[in-house]
Amino acid sequence: MLTFQCPYCKIAACETELAAGGEAHLKRFGPGSSDDDFEGYLFLRPNVKGVHFERWRHAMGCGKWFLAARCTATLEVFGTYLAQTPEPPPEIIAAIQARRPDWSLA
Amino acid sequence: MSIRLATGGRLIDRSRKIGFRFNGKRLQGHPGDTLASALMGNGQTILGRSFKYHRPRGVVASGAEEPNALVNLGAGAHHEPNQRATLTELFDGLTATSQNHWPSLNWDIGEVNALIPQLLPAGFYYKTFIHPRPFWKHVFEPFIRQSAGLGRAPDAKLSDPDRYEQFYAHADLVIAGGGIAGLQAALAAGRAGLRVILCEQGPHWGGRAPVDGVEIDGQPAEDWIAAAVQALEQMDHVHLRLRTMVAGVYDHGYVIGYERLTDHSPDHDGPRHRLWRIRTKRIVSATGALERPLSFAGNDKPGVMLAAAVRDYVINWGVAPGARTVVVTNNDDAYRTALALHAAGLEVPCIVDARPEADGPLVQEARARGLRVLTGTAIATVKGLRGVVAVQLCAQDGDGAVTEDVVCDSVAMSGGWSPVVHLWSHCGGKLVWDDTGAYFRPDATRPPTDQSGQGFVICAGAADGALLAGDTMANATAAVACVLAEHGKEMTAAAPVARAAAEAPLMPVWVMPARAGLKKRAKMWLDFQNDVKVSDVQLAAREGYESVEHTKRYTTLGMATDQGKLSNINGLAILAQALDEDIPRVGTTTFRPPYTPISMGAIAGEGRGAIFQPLRRTPIQDWHDAAGAHFEPVGYWRRPYCFPRKGESHRDAVNREILATRNGVGLLDASTLGKIIVKGADAGRFLDMLYTNMMSTLAPGKCRYGLMCSENGFLMDDGVVARLDDDTFLVHTTTGGADRIHAHMEDWLQCEWWDWKVYTANVTEQWAQIAVVGPKARAVLEKLGADFDLSKDALPFMSWAEGRIGGFEARAFRISFSGELSFEIAVPAAQGRAFWDALMAAGAGFGITPYGTEALHVMRAEKGFIMIGDETDGTVIPQDLGLDWAISKKKTDYLGKRAQERAHMTDPARWKLVGLETLDGSVLPDGCYALADGVNANGQRNTQGRVTSTYFSPTLGRGIAMGLVRNGPDRMGEVLEFNTTEKTAKGEMRTVSARIVSPVFFDPAGEKQNV
Repeated sequence: MLTFQCPYCKIAACETELAAGGEAHLKRFGPGSSDDDFEGYLFLRPNVKGVHFERWRHAMGCGKWFLAARCTATLEVFGTYLAQTPEPPPEIIAAIQARRPDWSLA
Repeated sequence: MSIRLATGGRLIDRSRKIGFRFNGKRLQGHPGDTLASALMGNGQTILGRSFKYHRPRGVVASGAEEPNALVNLGAGAHHEPNQRATLTELFDGLTATSQNHWPSLNWDIGEVNALIPQLLPAGFYYKTFIHPRPFWKHVFEPFIRQSAGLGRAPDAKLSDPDRYEQFYAHADLVIAGGGIAGLQAALAAGRAGLRVILCEQGPHWGGRAPVDGVEIDGQPAEDWIAAAVQALEQMDHVHLRLRTMVAGVYDHGYVIGYERLTDHSPDHDGPRHRLWRIRTKRIVSATGALERPLSFAGNDKPGVMLAAAVRDYVINWGVAPGARTVVVTNNDDAYRTALALHAAGLEVPCIVDARPEADGPLVQEARARGLRVLTGTAIATVKGLRGVVAVQLCAQDGDGAVTEDVVCDSVAMSGGWSPVVHLWSHCGGKLVWDDTGAYFRPDATRPPTDQSGQGFVICAGAADGALLAGDTMANATAAVACVLAEHGKEMTAAAPVARAAAEAPLMPVWVMPARAGLKKRAKMWLDFQNDVKVSDVQLAAREGYESVEHTKRYTTLGMATDQGKLSNINGLAILAQALDEDIPRVGTTTFRPPYTPISMGAIAGEGRGAIFQPLRRTPIQDWHDAAGAHFEPVGYWRRPYCFPRKGESHRDAVNREILATRNGVGLLDASTLGKIIVKGADAGRFLDMLYTNMMSTLAPGKCRYGLMCSENGFLMDDGVVARLDDDTFLVHTTTGGADRIHAHMEDWLQCEWWDWKVYTANVTEQWAQIAVVGPKARAVLEKLGADFDLSKDALPFMSWAEGRIGGFEARAFRISFSGELSFEIAVPAAQGRAFWDALMAAGAGFGITPYGTEALHVMRAEKGFIMIGDETDGTVIPQDLGLDWAISKKKTDYLGKRAQERAHMTDPARWKLVGLETLDGSVLPDGCYALADGVNANGQRNTQGRVTSTYFSPTLGRGIAMGLVRNGPDRMGEVLEFNTTEKTAKGEMRTVSARIVSPVFFDPAGEKQNV
């Protein structure tokens, strides 16, 4: 039963209020893309053990989607931020590296 | 035989007696007794039979770890199996029966299993029941089912009459365990102002300190405990819960508590159990330690008990397992039991100590009292069939050559103590092996971590390995100081000092005697409930089960309802020895919640029966109820399936409703249809991405049918879109699809196209929607009177208009799911019922007929309209359904377009939608398959299609069906064979022949709707 801070409501939202949406920061490949690109976009997920960027929706709260950086092994949450963020923001990366000095954005 | 002592028993009220029944026998006990102590007080030594060998078993422990004393509690609707007698508080009128015996507790036919235990070695099930295959179904399984299971399951026909509830709570600190460590933690945290919830699983505070003669700050522990509880009760922000077990610790400080409210006083009003769902910043696990049995031959016989449990029974309840008790130990603590028995005037013929030397203060005191201490000695075997009559002694460091027989009627054993690390481990806290104490304790450097990466469980007292009372108190004080420091607070009161007799170290003893032969090892029980012996674990190791998790499953060690609380460490040690490994390298099995079983009722809480899930009601629901509708669940709604008249079958009602609609006029409550407003400058562009066809070109006042696909290409929803004005669309979704589709829209709007100017709102419940359907639909509405033109020219098929109908504010959509002239009319929800009544009144002269979902389904199938969930199942693309006309060729992109270009999606051999007509006019079985020649790699018949919808059409007077068939549209007129579940007279599968036809069975030109 995870908790995330909803970046809109600023409250600690329990997993029962949230809907998970899988990996964040995917680039959409539509018509005209190669089979490999499309496969990568739609199906291939590295399923990392460690730092993971992911999508959550405060479904039973404000209804907004947000993004979270979380360690899939320890369940530590490094931060949450707005869904309208194309790539992990510097303050989130800094928060991760403060806790995981060896980690860098691939 | 166990006995009630003439004096003593700090927890019982000897002045009063209460009656209870065990196996029909009337017995008496005292208020304060547990069922276990009361039964012991009545000389009832055998309480049940073991699972595999049906060996007679008595009480071993005094708490949650009890493996043997499980009973069926209560009768009738209140019957509950597998209740621990050691945790069951006695009340007047309690009824219990013993488990797992036939025909009687004292004479059990399954005992034959024990006489020839070679019949049931470890892994027996795996080894024996593999071949021959048919034997499993006809011989083994019925036999195993007959003899499996300890308790009797409650009668399925009787529903649980008790109530259960759930509480939500938030805390700074949850403390599990109300012994001296838990109380000290609560006092310090409470004084510092933290919000504390202190849970104790039993009915008493203070744990075992009063039994063990601990002194705190110079006073008896009992006095300090009373004062501590009194002080805590004064603190508003500290909640004290007795009979509340912290059952599990979950991610990010989530805790489940299980409170037993009325188990001990069933006549009390209110819920029986309460499930606490707590979010807390920190958890102090002050859960104490459990004593381990010793593995000697016959250690499972009734009358052989844990040493600490023996003194619990003597001191707390004034009962003893026997009049002559041999104490066998590898540590000093068990001497307390010898001293307690001696003080109670009971005989202790000898203390058998496996250590070569014993000279601690407790040992000296025992010697001073004249007790005979035999060091370097072991029990070779316990004599007695249904109880203990004697023990044979031998040297510990030997193979079991008997040196002496000692007559006795009970044995108190202690193999040392193991901290209760369950709550530490539930969320991933790691353990470290302690060589001195021979136990696993929490590794403080590797705690379970929370969302900040900080450890959130702290073990305190014996649970942290601080077993001696003095250490326990100091450890608890240090643990709570860590919690306070995180809040920037300090201890405000001096830490209490606890004192108890010092103890010399134990000597790990895993097998007694050390070099016992197989015959002895096959009589040394590790897991009493599942009948796993030392020899079984050694056999598993020999057969290659090196992983502790595999050994557990192979032998069933620790898999019974007690989850190995007594057996795990002993079993691990045996496995490690057999593998010639260190114990920490073998490791432990996984500790999973709950700590002890909790009731299903508590998990369900109030969510049962009518309030199991929310019920959504349309504004017209009361009318349906009053009309005697037969309902079916659709999403969270109950929709009328049909409206049977008195004496009419459902099928007849459906047929009548269809014919009335096709020939006159029908009325459908379509309020459940999803309605989503999509508005904004980019609304058209957005819908073009969402639907496979073009929506941006739709003119205001018009409607268009559309298909929605997932990015995977699969059809996920369909419905009619109406353009309300230039930048507003009303999207209709399937019933039950509104929330999902609205979420789908928001996902793409918020996460992909967030710069598009589009807003969405789910207005499903703002409107009541009623479909007026049939050739006389317009006449009914005209009779009601509209202030706008309802004619074909002014309001043609696939258009909409708004105005007043019969005085009601209304939107009329000319859309049809039946192929008939149809107006779907939306009115504000609050007017829905009145509008329905007005339509019924206006239509009375036209024979207006309300119809249900089944009539709707049949009529749409007659027209070849697809139904999401029937023709689609998450693997079907619109192209499979012949819906290419609804897929835009002009659009460069829409959700699912790229996926539909993938090789598998464009494979010409995909199964495609066709109509199916049986040659004999019968109705094809739902879900049946079109057979193809040959068999597949698994020997199953090949298939070439399947039925997706099948009905009797009263319009056509025959069965009709739709299905997906390989190359179906190119095979019109071909006859296929479909399977059924019936057999022919020859015993072969009966098949049904059906011809491939167009899926549009009725009015293919669409003349009836376009009027």
